[in-house]
Amino acid sequence: MPTLRNKFAGIDCINPFWLASAPPTNCGEQIMRAFDAGWGGAVWKTIGEPITNVSSRYSAMDYQGIKMLGFNNIELISDRPIETNLKEIAEVKRRYPKHVVIASLMVESKREVWHDMVARAEDAGADGLELNFGCPHGMSERGMGSAVGQVPEYCEQISYWVKEKARTPVIVKLTPNISDIRMPARAAKRAGADALSAINTINSITGIDLDTFEPRPMVDGKSSHGGYCGPAVKPIALNMVQQIQSDPDSMLPLSGIGGIATWRDAAEFFLLGCGNVQVCTAAMHYGYRIVEDMADGLLNWMSEKGFETIDDFRGLSLPNVTEWKRLNLNYRVVAKIHADKCIGCQLCYTACWDGAHQCIHLDRAQGGSQAIVLGTDPRYAHGEPNPHGMPTPAMVFAQSAKTITTTPIPKLDLNGPGVNSNVTPLERIPRVDADECVGCNLCSLVCPVDNCITMERVENGLHPETWEERSASLSAAGH
Amino acid sequence: MSDSVPFVQQAPTPPETSALFGDLHPAFDKQAAIPEANRCLFCFDAPCMQACPTHIDVPKFIKKIATGNLGGSAQTILAANILGASCSRACPVDVLCEGACVMHRYNKQPIEIARLQRFAMDAFHASGDKLPFAPAEDTGRKVALIGGGPASLACAAELRRHGIAATIYDARPLPGGLNSYGIAEYKLPLAESLREIDMIARLGVEFKFETTVDAAMLAELEATYDAVFIGAGLGAIHKLGVEGEDLPEVTNALDLIAGYKTGAVTKAPDRVAVIGAGNTAIDAANASVRLGAKEVHMIYRRGPENMSAFAFEYEHAKQEGVRFHWHVQPVGIEGTDKVEALRLSKLEAHEDGSLVAQKDLDFLLGIDQVVLAIGQATHTNFLEGTSVAVERGRIVIDRVTGQTSNPKYFAGGDCTNGGREVVDAVADGKRAGLGIAAWLAGKTEVANANA
Repeated sequence: MPTLRNKFAGIDCINPFWLASAPPTNCGEQIMRAFDAGWGGAVWKTIGEPITNVSSRYSAMDYQGIKMLGFNNIELISDRPIETNLKEIAEVKRRYPKHVVIASLMVESKREVWHDMVARAEDAGADGLELNFGCPHGMSERGMGSAVGQVPEYCEQISYWVKEKARTPVIVKLTPNISDIRMPARAAKRAGADALSAINTINSITGIDLDTFEPRPMVDGKSSHGGYCGPAVKPIALNMVQQIQSDPDSMLPLSGIGGIATWRDAAEFFLLGCGNVQVCTAAMHYGYRIVEDMADGLLNWMSEKGFETIDDFRGLSLPNVTEWKRLNLNYRVVAKIHADKCIGCQLCYTACWDGAHQCIHLDRAQGGSQAIVLGTDPRYAHGEPNPHGMPTPAMVFAQSAKTITTTPIPKLDLNGPGVNSNVTPLERIPRVDADECVGCNLCSLVCPVDNCITMERVENGLHPETWEERSASLSAAGH
Repeated sequence: MSDSVPFVQQAPTPPETSALFGDLHPAFDKQAAIPEANRCLFCFDAPCMQACPTHIDVPKFIKKIATGNLGGSAQTILAANILGASCSRACPVDVLCEGACVMHRYNKQPIEIARLQRFAMDAFHASGDKLPFAPAEDTGRKVALIGGGPASLACAAELRRHGIAATIYDARPLPGGLNSYGIAEYKLPLAESLREIDMIARLGVEFKFETTVDAAMLAELEATYDAVFIGAGLGAIHKLGVEGEDLPEVTNALDLIAGYKTGAVTKAPDRVAVIGAGNTAIDAANASVRLGAKEVHMIYRRGPENMSAFAFEYEHAKQEGVRFHWHVQPVGIEGTDKVEALRLSKLEAHEDGSLVAQKDLDFLLGIDQVVLAIGQATHTNFLEGTSVAVERGRIVIDRVTGQTSNPKYFAGGDCTNGGREVVDAVADGKRAGLGIAAWLAGKTEVANANA
C-alpha cells in the first residue's frame, strides 16, 4: 500500500498537502477545519506587525466561462495582532499535534526584530518557519516581502539572521518577480536555509473594466498591481521549480507552489523534485474539501505506477528537462489524423494554414493521401513556401459561400444537410501532407477530440544529433 | 414611413390568443447564452453555415455573443439573412444548422444555434431603430416586387443595399405573407414578424397593401419599373372533392392559422379533424388543441413513415395530444346544416405504392370541424402574357440569379420551389436581389458605353 506520509526539511508530515500562507490559513479556527478535511499542514497567514487592508482585494481572470483560471489579490499580511496569531498556533498544535503548522513571518529588516519574531513563533509551537520574501504588493513598498526577495544580498542577510536564532527548519519563500530565481535561491542556501518554497504570486493586473476604465480589484476607483496565482500560473511555477532543482547551488528541499489544484498538478511538482506542495487558490475557490481527491487520486496513481512513497518518484522528470541545444535535431514526428475519430470541425486545417506550416489540406475526397514519402524530410529542404497551389482557407470558404443549399423535405431529400450527421463526410476530414509536416504539434493541440490527431514517430535513418554536436563538428571542420 | 404607425404596433393578435401560444423554445437569457456560445468549437467553413440556405456565418455570430459583441453578432446574421430573427424562431433547425453540427459526432448535444441567433436578434431589435446596413446611394433604378413574403422582403433589402428603389405589392393589409400569417404563433408571433419588417421598411422599402396583382396590373408594373420580382408564393389549399365540403365548418389550415393570428378565430370547436400530415397540418392540429378543442384527429392516407412533416413536428403533435389515423381517406363529410361526422375509408397500400380503398370498411368519425391541409395549389395565372416560363405551376428560374426566362422578371420562394421554408425563400430573394442588381448594373454599363 502506498503512503503519503513523508518528511519535508526534517518535519514529519502525514501527507504532502499543505495550505499556503494566505486567507485559508488566516486563523486557528480555519486551520483546524482544514486539518479535519484532510490537509497535512498549513503555513499560517504571514505574521508581522498588523496592517490595515483595503476593500476590495481580489480579482480573477475568467476564460470562456471558466471562472478563476487566474486569480489575484492585493491583500497584505495578517491584520491580526501577533499575539493572537501566536496564541492560536499554540492552540492548534495542542489539538492537532501530528499536523504541521508553519509560521510565515515578515517583519522589519532588522536583526533583533527578526530574532524576536523567530523566538516567539517557535515558543508558540510552530513546527517550522517560512520567511515571506515574496509578497509582491503593498509590503514591498515598505521594504519587506518581494523587496527582500528581489535582492539576493537582502535575502541572504535576513535568512542568516533567522538561522542564527531558529531551532526549527527555516523555509525561504521566493518571489517569481525576478529575472533569475536561482539568485535568491542560492542566497538563501548560502545563508543556511533548510528549505525553499516557490513560487509566490506574480505581479499582475488582471483586467480593466471597459465601462469605468478602472483596473480590478478596484478600490475607490483605483487599483494596484496584485499577486497573480491560480491554474494559469502553473507552467511558470513548474519552470522555476525546475530551475531551482537543477541548480546545485540552489538545491534544497522545495515546497512547490503555483496553480496546484489537483493531485495531477501535485504529481507534476513532485516529478520536478518538490518535497511537498502548497495550495491556496483552489481552496479559496472550492473550499478545503478539495484535498480529499488530491490525496485519493495521488494514492491511486502511485498504486498504478508502483510507487510506495513520494520519494519514489520525486525528481524523476528532472533529467528529462535539458537545454535546447541538447535536443535531438534528427528526431521527427508527423501528425496523423485518424479519420474514424474526426468530427470534421477543420480547426486543424485553419490552424495549420494560418498558424503553422500549410501542410493540412481538404482533398481526401479527391484522393489526397496521408502516406509519407521517405527522403522528403522538410528540415533539409527549407525555404520553399508550402502551399504548392493547394486551396487556401479563403478559397475554401468562398467556394462554400457559392453553394446553393435548400432545406431538405423529409422522405424526399435523403442526402440533405443534417440527414446523416453521425458520419463525418470524407471531404470534411483534413489530410496531413506528411512530407511537409514539421511535427510542430499545433493541429493535435487544437483538435477537440481525444487521440484524433496523434504525432507519430517517423524513422528517418539519421543518427541522433544535437545542435551542440552539430555546431561543434561544423567548427571542427572549419566552417 | 417615418410618420406612419410601425407595423409591429398594428399586430392584430389578441393577447388572450398570444397567451395560449407561448414560446415553444423559450429565449435564452445572457447567463445561458454565453456558456452555450462558449461551447461552440468555432469550426472552419462550418457545416452549420453550409447547411443554412442563407449561409449565415454561424460560428462567427456565436463567438461574437461569447465576447459580448451582440451588435456585431446581429450584423453578422443580418448580413446573410435579413429575416434572421424570424428564421431563428421558424427554421426547422434539426434538419439544417443544428442537424449539421459536428457535436452530433462528438457525443454531445448540438449547439443551440437557433436560440443563440434569437438571443442576438432580440438584442438587436430591443436596441431601437438600428439599420442592418446603410443603403447605397440611389441609382435611380426601381423594382416592383409581387407578394410581401420572405422572398420579396429579402430581395427588397438586397436591392436597397445596392441603392435600388423597391416597392412591394401585397394582397393583405400587413406585410410578411406566410411569415406573418402562416407560422404557428408559438414559433413566430405575428408581431415579431412585423417588428422585423419595420426594420426593412426603415431601409426605404415601400409597401402597397391590399393590392392583388393581376395580368393587367403586371403589364403596368413592367412598363413602370426596371425589373419585377415575383415572390407571390402559392395559391389556395386543395379541396378534397367530396360531398359536404361546402358546409361552413370546413376550413383549411392556412385560413385557420391566419384566423387565430389575426383574431378572427379565438376558439376551436370540441372535435376537429385535420386532413393531411405535413408541417402545416401539424401547425393547424396543434393550434386547434391550444384553441380549446377536446379531440383533434389527424387523417392521413398513408402511414407515419410517409408523412411529410418533420419528425420533430410529429413528436410535438403527439405531445400536444393530437390523435393520428393512418391509412384512412375521407370519402364524405356528413351533416345537414353543419359538420357532424367525417366518413373515412380504410386504405390498403399495395406493393406498387398505390392505395386501394377497402370496400365496406367505411366508418364515421364524429367531428365538428374539418381542416384541410393537403397542400397548396399553384398561383401563376397572372403571369399570362409575360413569357415567364412555368413548369408544373412553378416559375422556372436560374438558381444563382433568380432570373426567369423573361430577363426583366426574377422570382423566388414558394412560387419557384413548390413550397419550402422561410429560410429558403430568404435565400432565393437574396440571390435574386443580387441578380437584379448585377443585371441592372450591366444595363447601366451598356447605356454608358452607348452614350
